[in-house]
Amino acid sequence: MKPKQQRLFLGLAAVAAIVGSGFLAMSAIGEKASFFYSPADIAKDGVPQGQAIRLGGMVTGGSIKKAADGVTIDFLVHDGPAKVPVRFRGIPPDLFKENSGVVAEGRFEGATFVASNLLAKHDERYMPPQMDGKQHKTTTLAAQ
Amino acid sequence: MKRLLLWLPLGAFVVFFGILALGLYAPDDRTHPSKLIGKPMPTFNLPPAASGRPGLTSADLRGQPRLVNVFASWCVPCATEAPVLGMIAQQGVIVDGIAIRDRPQDLAGFLTRHGNPFRAIGDDPASQVQIALGSSGVPETFVVDGAGMIRYQHIGPIGPGDVDTILAKLGAAR
Amino acid sequence: MIAEAGLAALWLAAALALLQFALACLGLNDERTQLRHGVRAVAVVQGLFVALAFALLVICFLRSDMSVQLVVTNSHSAKPWLYKLAGTWGNHEGSMLLWVTILGAAGGLVALLERRVVERTLTATLGAQALISFGFYAFLLFASNPFARAFPVPEDGQGLNPLLQDPGLAFHPPTLYIGYVGMSVAFSFAVGALVTRDVGRDFARAMRPWVLGAWIFLTLGITAGSYWAYYELGWGGWWFWDPVENASLMPWLAATALLHSVTVLATRDGLRAWTIMLAVVAFSMSMIGTFLVRSGILTSVHAFAVDPERGSFILALLALYIGGALALFAIRISTVKEGTQFDLVSREGALVANNLLLSAILGIVFVGTLYPLFAEAVSGDKLSVGPPYFNATAGPLTLALVIVMALGPVSRWRRDELRAVVGRVAIPVLLSAAALLAMVVFAPRIHILSFLGIVLAVGVGAASLAPLWGRNLRRTPMITYGMVLAHFGVAVSLAGMATESAFIKETLVASQMGETHTVGPYKITLKSIEPVAGPNWTALEAELVAQRGDNTPFTLRPQSRMFSNPPTETNEAAIATRLDGQLYLVLGKPDGQGRWQLRLWWKPMVTLIWLGGALIALGGLLSLIGRSLRERGQSLRKAYG
Repeated sequence: MKPKQQRLFLGLAAVAAIVGSGFLAMSAIGEKASFFYSPADIAKDGVPQGQAIRLGGMVTGGSIKKAADGVTIDFLVHDGPAKVPVRFRGIPPDLFKENSGVVAEGRFEGATFVASNLLAKHDERYMPPQMDGKQHKTTTLAAQ
Repeated sequence: MKRLLLWLPLGAFVVFFGILALGLYAPDDRTHPSKLIGKPMPTFNLPPAASGRPGLTSADLRGQPRLVNVFASWCVPCATEAPVLGMIAQQGVIVDGIAIRDRPQDLAGFLTRHGNPFRAIGDDPASQVQIALGSSGVPETFVVDGAGMIRYQHIGPIGPGDVDTILAKLGAAR
Repeated sequence: MIAEAGLAALWLAAALALLQFALACLGLNDERTQLRHGVRAVAVVQGLFVALAFALLVICFLRSDMSVQLVVTNSHSAKPWLYKLAGTWGNHEGSMLLWVTILGAAGGLVALLERRVVERTLTATLGAQALISFGFYAFLLFASNPFARAFPVPEDGQGLNPLLQDPGLAFHPPTLYIGYVGMSVAFSFAVGALVTRDVGRDFARAMRPWVLGAWIFLTLGITAGSYWAYYELGWGGWWFWDPVENASLMPWLAATALLHSVTVLATRDGLRAWTIMLAVVAFSMSMIGTFLVRSGILTSVHAFAVDPERGSFILALLALYIGGALALFAIRISTVKEGTQFDLVSREGALVANNLLLSAILGIVFVGTLYPLFAEAVSGDKLSVGPPYFNATAGPLTLALVIVMALGPVSRWRRDELRAVVGRVAIPVLLSAAALLAMVVFAPRIHILSFLGIVLAVGVGAASLAPLWGRNLRRTPMITYGMVLAHFGVAVSLAGMATESAFIKETLVASQMGETHTVGPYKITLKSIEPVAGPNWTALEAELVAQRGDNTPFTLRPQSRMFSNPPTETNEAAIATRLDGQLYLVLGKPDGQGRWQLRLWWKPMVTLIWLGGALIALGGLLSLIGRSLRERGQSLRKAYG
C-alpha cells in the first residue's frame, strides 16, 4: 500500500468503527432502553407487553399482600386514580413501604407488572413528589 | 473531504456539549413545587414530637399568618437553617414545625443544639402529612395565612438572604 | 490561621500557574534558554504550593478545626483518624483540591524529570498544563473554596454518611483521581506536540510512562470500586453499568487504546495523528467523567449534590480545553509529517484493530450513558439504559477484542504472514476447541455470551503466555513479562465474569429457625437472629451455618444494619471465599410469622474478576519499571560508552 492509500484506509477504518458502533448502539437502544411509565400512562396508552420498562408511582396504602412463600409480595402502585398491580419476588429495599414512592423495574405479564427490582433512594432530600398524572411519561420520581 | 474529516471530532464535541448544557439548564425536576399553593391546608392532627411543645393540627393554623417548617433532626441543611428560623421567630413570627421520620431523643438533642424557634411541633413519623402537603424533601417552609391557606412555599434551607422574601410573603398574607 | 495559610497557598499557586503559562507563551519563540528553564522552575514551585495547600486542609481535618465550614459539614471530632483523613476528599471542595494537587504535582514532576523531548515541545506542554491547572484553581477559588470559615463556630461537626465510612472507599477516589489527572499529562504532551508539530518517537517515549502510570491507577480504581460495590451494597452484583461506573470505565477504555497506539508510535513511528487524537479523547473522558459525577446531571445510585453553578463552571472548562484541543488538532495535524508504513497483517495491524475495537466499545458505552440525557432534552421521554443494552453491544465486541489481544503479541512488527501467526497460537486454539467440546457436552444451555466467554478465556489465557514460549525466561525483559501478565489478567477476569454469570446459583427463601436450604454445593442452616450494636448503628445479625458435603461446617453472620444519623438501613452481606468461588449471604426482613427472608448466592469463580484486574495492573507496573530500568541503562551507556 502507498502511504496515501494507507492513510485513507486507516481514516476510513476509524470512521467505520465509530459510525458502526454508533449505529449498533442506536439500534440496540431502540430495543433495550427501558422507558419510564406512570400508572396514568398505562391507563391511557395501554399495557406495553413484554417490553422492559420502569414503573413509578406511590405504593397504595393497605395494598401490600405477602404470599405464603414469604418472599413474594403483591401491591398496587397508583398515581391519582390510575392503579397497576405489581408482583415482586425478593427482598424489598428499606424505604419501600405503603404511601411511599417506588420505582419498579420489570415487564408486564398480562395485566400484572412483574418487577425484577424495586428502587428507593437513600437520600435525605428524597421524597416522592406529588403525583398529578398529567405529565406523560415524565412524571418525575427521582429514579435511581 | 479530508479537511472535513479533521473537523469532525470538534463538530461531534459541539453537539455533545450542547446536550450537556441542555441537561444542566433544563428545569430541575428534583424540586417539586407543591400543588397546594393557593389552596387550604389539608386536614391533619399530629401528636407532640418534643416535650414542652404541643402537637400540631390543621385547626391550629387559624388567626395569625405563620410559617410551617417541615424539618428533621437527621437533616444537615435543617441545622444550618435553624439559627435563621430563630431570628425570624424573634421578630414575632409564629413558626410551627413538622418533624419528619424522627425520634424523640434525636429531636430533643437537635433542639438543644440548634435552638427551638417553634411554637408547636407535630410528629410525622411516616411522612404522611408531608406527602399530603406536597412537600418533596426537608427542609421546606410554607407561609400559611390566617384563614389556613398556603400562600408560599420555600424549598430548601432558608438562608439569611431569604429572610426578606419570607417576611414580605408573610406581610402579604395578613 | 492554618485555613488562611492554605487559601494563600492556593492563590499563590494560581498566580504561579498564570505566570507559567505566560512564560511558556513567551519562551516558545525565544531561542534563549533562560525563559524555558524558568518555565520548568515555576512548574515545580507551583506544584509545591498546591501540595502545601492540600496538606494544610488535611491538617484542618485531622485536628477537627471546626472553624472551617468544610470540616463542619464533613467530619466529626469523634471519628477515627482514617475517616478524618478520608473526609478531606470525601466531599466536593476537598476532592477538587485533591484533583488540582495531583495536576500540579504531575506538572512539577514533568518539569523536573523530563529530558527526552525537545525543549520547545516541553515548554508548550508545560504551558498547556498550566492553563488546565489555572482553570481548576479559578473553579476552586471562585466557586468552591475549601477553606471557607464557618460562622458561628459550631461545637462539633455533622459527620460523614455511614455508607462512606469504609476503608476501601477512603482510598478509592484518590486512586481514580491520580488516573484521571495522569491523563492530563498525556493531553498536555499532545497539545505541546501539536503546537510545535513535533510528533515522533521521542515524544511517544516521553508520554508513554505517564499514560502507563495513569492507566495502572485507573485499572486499580475500577477493580477496587467494583469490589466495593459488590460487598458493600449487598446486591451481589459486580458491575451495574451505572453512570458513575461508566464515567470511570470510559477513560480506561480510551487510555487502554492510547497505551497501545503510543507503543506503535514509540517503536515504529506510526499512527501519529491517531495517537494525538486518543490522548485528547482520554483526558476528555476523564473530564467528562468528573463533570457527570460532580454536576449530578445523570441520576445514579451514587447520589451527589446537584449544583448548576458548579456544573456550569466545569462545563465551561470542558468546552475550553476539549474544544480548544480539537480545534488545534484540526488546524495542525495535516502539517505533521507522516509516520512510517506497515502491512495489515503485522503487530501494528493487530494494534490498530485493538484500537478500533476499543474505540467502538468506548462509543457504545458513551452513547448508552448519555442517551437518557439526550432523549430527555429532545423528546422529554424519561428512560434508562441498563445492562441488557450494554451486554448485548459491548459483549460481542469485547470477545472480538480478546481474540485480537491473543494474536497481536505473536505477530511480527511491520509484516507477517497470517498462516504463520495462526500457527504460533495452534496450541491455544486446540485448547479452546477442547473447552468448546466440554461446554457443549456438560453445559450446553448457558447464555451465548457466557459460553463464548469461557471458551475464549481458555484459549486466550494460553495464547497470552505464547510470547514466553521458547525464550530464555531469565533473559526475557521485564517489559515482556508485564505485557504477558496484563494480557493473562484479561483472560482471568473474562473467565471469572463468564463463569459467574453462567453458573451462579441463587436461593431466595423465607426461613424458620433451624431450617436448612441448599445453594450450589452448600447446605445453609439458619441458627439464630440476635441484635448487635456498633458505634453508630444497631443491627440484626443472623447466625448461619454452611456445610459443603461432609466438610467441617462454618458460621457466617450477615447483618441488617440501622444507622441513626441520617436514618438508613444497609445490608452487610456475609461472604466466604473459597478457591472455586464465593458464598454470599444476605439477611432480609422478617415476614411477621417467625420467618426471615434470606438471599443465598453461590458465585463460582467470582474472585477471578478482581484477581484478573489486579494482574492487569501488576503487568502495567512491571512494564513501567522495566522501561525505566532499560532507559536508565541506555542513558548510562550513552554517557560512558
